[in-house]
Amino acid sequence: MPCSNAIEKQQTKACGLCCTLLEDFGVKIGGTEILRDVNLHIHCGELLALVGPNGAGKTTLLKAILGEIPHTGWLRFLDASNCQARKPIVGYVPQKIDFAAGAPVSVLDLFSAALSARPVCLGHSRRMQERTEACLLRVRADHLLKRRLSDLSGGELQRVLLALALEPKPDLLLMDEPVSGIDVQGREMFYEIVSDLRRNYDLSIILVSHDLALVSQYAERVVLLNKTVICDGTPGDVFSDGRINLVYGPLYMERAEGKLSYAKRGGGAIA
Amino acid sequence: MEVWYSLVDGLFPFTWAQHMFMKNALMAVLLVGPMFAIIGTMVVNNNMAFYSDTIGHSALTGIAIGVLLGFGDPLWIMVIFSTILALIISSLKFFTTASTDTIIGSVSATMVALGIVILSRGGGFAKYSRFLIGDLLSITPNELLILTVAFVGVLILWAIMFNKFLLVSVNLSLARSRGIPVRLIEIIFCVATAVIVTFSIQWVGILIINSFLILPAAAARNITRNVRQYHLVAVLITLASGITGLLCSYYLATATGATIVLIAALFYLLTFVLKPRFS
Repeated sequence: MPCSNAIEKQQTKACGLCCTLLEDFGVKIGGTEILRDVNLHIHCGELLALVGPNGAGKTTLLKAILGEIPHTGWLRFLDASNCQARKPIVGYVPQKIDFAAGAPVSVLDLFSAALSARPVCLGHSRRMQERTEACLLRVRADHLLKRRLSDLSGGELQRVLLALALEPKPDLLLMDEPVSGIDVQGREMFYEIVSDLRRNYDLSIILVSHDLALVSQYAERVVLLNKTVICDGTPGDVFSDGRINLVYGPLYMERAEGKLSYAKRGGGAIA
Repeated sequence: MEVWYSLVDGLFPFTWAQHMFMKNALMAVLLVGPMFAIIGTMVVNNNMAFYSDTIGHSALTGIAIGVLLGFGDPLWIMVIFSTILALIISSLKFFTTASTDTIIGSVSATMVALGIVILSRGGGFAKYSRFLIGDLLSITPNELLILTVAFVGVLILWAIMFNKFLLVSVNLSLARSRGIPVRLIEIIFCVATAVIVTFSIQWVGILIINSFLILPAAAARNITRNVRQYHLVAVLITLASGITGLLCSYYLATATGATIVLIAALFYLLTFVLKPRFS
């Protein structure tokens, strides 16, 4: 199926052929149905924003994709080169909470611990250091190599975590409110980097966010989730759909619309 | 052991070094120190100081069970008991939503009380007070052998698992996303800590063992910037305070474990003052 329109899609930089499929995806925890009948088809190079009220199951969906909690249905990744299904490599950028507060763990230590088997307490190989530098360069954070994690600002830490999630290169990148509680500059820089990444690498991105203004600016597709997929389309489609009012409540949407129109006006300058 | 004794004789031509018990104690310090330093750094990273304290205190109940079962030396019963306790505490974290602090605190107090009740039956508690204070000078060559095996065991475990321990201590979700079986790793770490703490209790003492575990790591944390420095400084501080404490206790005729902990506390104070320079 994804190979049928191969010729026209090959023009784009991200191949657009490989894709991640969620089929009849559902999660039950202790008899309670958290998610059901989630069907999503995500192409590489696509940034999909997952929105929905608290308790809608957004984080649960990410955790199920990561394999942290069991799920029903199928998660498949179709590779462009051979059209074969396999399990996707998933990268994950966590929310900024409880990050090694006060511990003397440097950025380089974090990368070495995640990417090599050599005990970090014995120091690092030159190769590891070069590899880490290359990873950090992708997110404009190479100057942070020797800094302690606890000394980084919120924005810097999220960029470092993004760099780590990109190594080894994932097929699917999951981000759970990666920039909540981070200042405007940090947030914009983060999203600019994410936009660059998805243009230049073959990866699909699922982003959970409550910031509807930023979502409409950077995502090309929005999925409204509340136990299952309520609407799925471009930001314009989804935010003008009546069902989002039902889910979020009209008051919330009125406030968000104020921000949305602001983002549209100012959007050109940033993007 | 003979090699060690002649080595000490050659290196330290002082009166203290002529006593057999001092030679043994010195070797014990050289083994226990680095072992506690590397475990302690990870305990502090995981915010588990309260957990290791509980394991230490619960040793009283372990001893009591050993005595009830009629063992002259309750060491193995203590180790088995603390392993079971470690398994229980680490699974409590997953099965309840109650604050782990509260649970661990209740377990700790209960275990101490239970131990005291059993051991004090018939008014014989005094003979167990050596476990409270610890007696490093009484260590025998046989026990040194066990300690060496434990030390090598910790080194091997750390060589294999260190990076996973570190990632888990940094952030659970992140560790999970890198394919690490977080729960298993936590259990392995809890059990390893429990076993080593319990092994060492009769020489360091229930009352102060946690300080000896935590203080050097806490001190090293104040003045280091990466994991390697952290471990290096923690090991140096435990060795320095261990050797200094041993000698001080010899000349002042004080309890060795407590003297060592006091010196470690001095190191902590020093690094605390220096901390602003390193941030």
